Amino acid sequence: MATKVHMEALSPTMEEGRLVKWNKKEGDPVKSGETLAEVETDKAVMELVARADGQLLKIEVKEGTTVPVGNVVAWIGKPGEKVDGDGAGAPAKQPGNEKRETGNVATAPAPAPKPAPQQIPQPAAAPADATRVKASPLARRIANDSGVDLKLLQGSGPGGRVIKRDVESAPARPAAAGAATTYPVSRVPSPVVRTGVPYEDVPLTQIRKTIAKRLAASIGPVPHFFLTTEIDMERAADAREAINKQLGEQGGKISFNDIIIKAVALALVQHRACNAWFQDDHIRYWNEVHIGMAVAIEDGLITPVIRNADQKSLRDISAESRELAGRARNRRLKPEEYTGGTFSISNLGMFDIEHFTAVINPPEAGIIAIGSIVPQAVPDGEGDHVVVRRRMKLTMSCDHRVIDGATGAAFLRTLKQMLENPLAMLL
Amino acid sequence: MPTLTYRDALNQALREEMQRDPNVFLMGEEVGVYQGAYKVSRGLLEEFGPQRIVDTPIAELGFAGIGVGAAMGGLRPVIEFMTWNFAILALDQIVNSAAKMLYMSGGQIPMPIVFRGPNGAALQLGSQHSQAWESWVSHIPGLKVVAPATPADAKGLLKAAIRDNNPVIVLEGEMLYNIKGDVPDGEHLVPIGRADLKREGKDVTLICHSKTLTVAQKAADQLAEQDVSAEVLDLRSLRPLDDEAILQSVRKTNRAVVVEEGWPHAGIGAQIVDLIQREAFDDLDAPVQRVHQADVPMPYNKHLERAAKASPEKVVAAARRVLYLD
Repeated sequence: MATKVHMEALSPTMEEGRLVKWNKKEGDPVKSGETLAEVETDKAVMELVARADGQLLKIEVKEGTTVPVGNVVAWIGKPGEKVDGDGAGAPAKQPGNEKRETGNVATAPAPAPKPAPQQIPQPAAAPADATRVKASPLARRIANDSGVDLKLLQGSGPGGRVIKRDVESAPARPAAAGAATTYPVSRVPSPVVRTGVPYEDVPLTQIRKTIAKRLAASIGPVPHFFLTTEIDMERAADAREAINKQLGEQGGKISFNDIIIKAVALALVQHRACNAWFQDDHIRYWNEVHIGMAVAIEDGLITPVIRNADQKSLRDISAESRELAGRARNRRLKPEEYTGGTFSISNLGMFDIEHFTAVINPPEAGIIAIGSIVPQAVPDGEGDHVVVRRRMKLTMSCDHRVIDGATGAAFLRTLKQMLENPLAMLL
Repeated sequence: MPTLTYRDALNQALREEMQRDPNVFLMGEEVGVYQGAYKVSRGLLEEFGPQRIVDTPIAELGFAGIGVGAAMGGLRPVIEFMTWNFAILALDQIVNSAAKMLYMSGGQIPMPIVFRGPNGAALQLGSQHSQAWESWVSHIPGLKVVAPATPADAKGLLKAAIRDNNPVIVLEGEMLYNIKGDVPDGEHLVPIGRADLKREGKDVTLICHSKTLTVAQKAADQLAEQDVSAEVLDLRSLRPLDDEAILQSVRKTNRAVVVEEGWPHAGIGAQIVDLIQREAFDDLDAPVQRVHQADVPMPYNKHLERAAKASPEKVVAAARRVLYLD
């Protein structure tokens, strides 16, 4: 009978794997130990090796598909041999062997002539503990003594129990474990590209999923971390004065807040990684920048959104934010005016708060908390003299499921450069 | 080494022990004039006289009690039950008097008594006369229980039982009395509590005693034809149990099948499985399997009786299961 190739638990915490690439085609001869496919685990891309000799009869899972550990991904057997899954397009049940150590084979979708099952089994059918290995006590002991990872073995006993002979016939611990191909960290192009498509959905990579799960479990549904930087606002203040002088009697003066909104929006264009939503199983990277602006109202706060802030002039931003804030206080905002932000700003500078942290407004991945601008004695450029400069602290709260420390820091550096050299915003 | 039947090996043991020690005597139904219901005591009345070979009425509780009293008085009685099915009537003396005497007298009154007779099923004796009582008697603290499977072990264990200062249950078998085997002449003692490796093997241990030794040996032959090397461990003593021999074998083969005549529930096999899982857990490659009588009163019908008993085929099937061959 043809041998099943299962999605194996290639790391201790792996519960599902994404089939990145098939190294063999249907019909190719395979030898036990040969690499069949590359599988992305929650940690890295690993090799899935053949556990039997023969021909790769059938591939059940297409490249790019994620399946739970234990699911049948292919069949190995003699040329021409029938596989149980033929026609049904589903991992077949084989009496006495349908429960591997990982407990499940995907529930068969309704018989349809589909080439491969892409359904992930309903939660009810998912294994209670996908990483538990059933093994005889003896097999466990031998595996422990000889350093064989039971999870990498396919049990031949009842219910997939790993028994002595399975451990003894196991190949030496595969070198693949050490030589795992590393995967490019990011496949997300950094700058926003205006393609007419408002956003791009990028599936969560396994590592992203694990980070999301672990960090969320650690400090709540949205795992925050905070980055604080201090910005010299001397030039921004000068620029603001000049602009406001020029606007003169036309009214509609530019506030620091307006400048910050514009700078944040422009910095986000360069750092799309921070202009994103966390969406359970994927991250939505926005190609548009919509800045939410926290406004205190009588019994709480609301975040009206300045759409496409990166493309608006300071004057437009100023007018729009004043108008939105006014209607927010009067509770006249329409839902579409306070939803759909891609990033938020909360400013307590006018309340003389020097430094604070803001709570992320989900599903956005970041928010910046702006403190007051205060004159401070700082070393001058040469470090020889102490000079007094207007400075401002800002703190970015990041959703760690989306943004890592370095990602956030890179964004803040751009933002700092823009605020310290307002002309850069013109670039 | 002379070849004797199991029956004659027991006869030899009795004769030698009675010659050696004038305090040893035999008592039971038909042991004298009739020469024994199964002729185990053939010739003994003639040699030792009616003082030491005592015919009794059909009154198991009564003569078992006389035996207990004699042992208290310093004699070494051997009480023969025509079958262990009849010994049910004597259980009060066995369990309440013999087994507890040493303990309840604060160690003052030893109880050097042997209760012996055929145990288990023969052929078509009906359910009341086809019962294997080893788990009952093995349950009782204060008793020792032996169940020899070969003529040599029958002689050696009966002699050891007679010399033991504790009550010893000797479980024989109607179907065993005629089997033949080499039996050492003269002083041949088999220590109580010592199992015997009847066949060496490496793949699976078949643990058996009494009549199931033959079953296990036949199964081992069949398994050998299937390239399975089975080890056959004959327990010989059921209390005390030779834990070390069982564990040593299981640690070698990593798999065990326990074969017994009795019923499954709270049977001897259950006790052995307990030992193995407790002391050899990490050596097991498969759950221990048991082969036993079907959990029903023994049928009288010949075919049903055969189907109910432990058989080589059942043992082979169990062995293949622990070897994951099916």
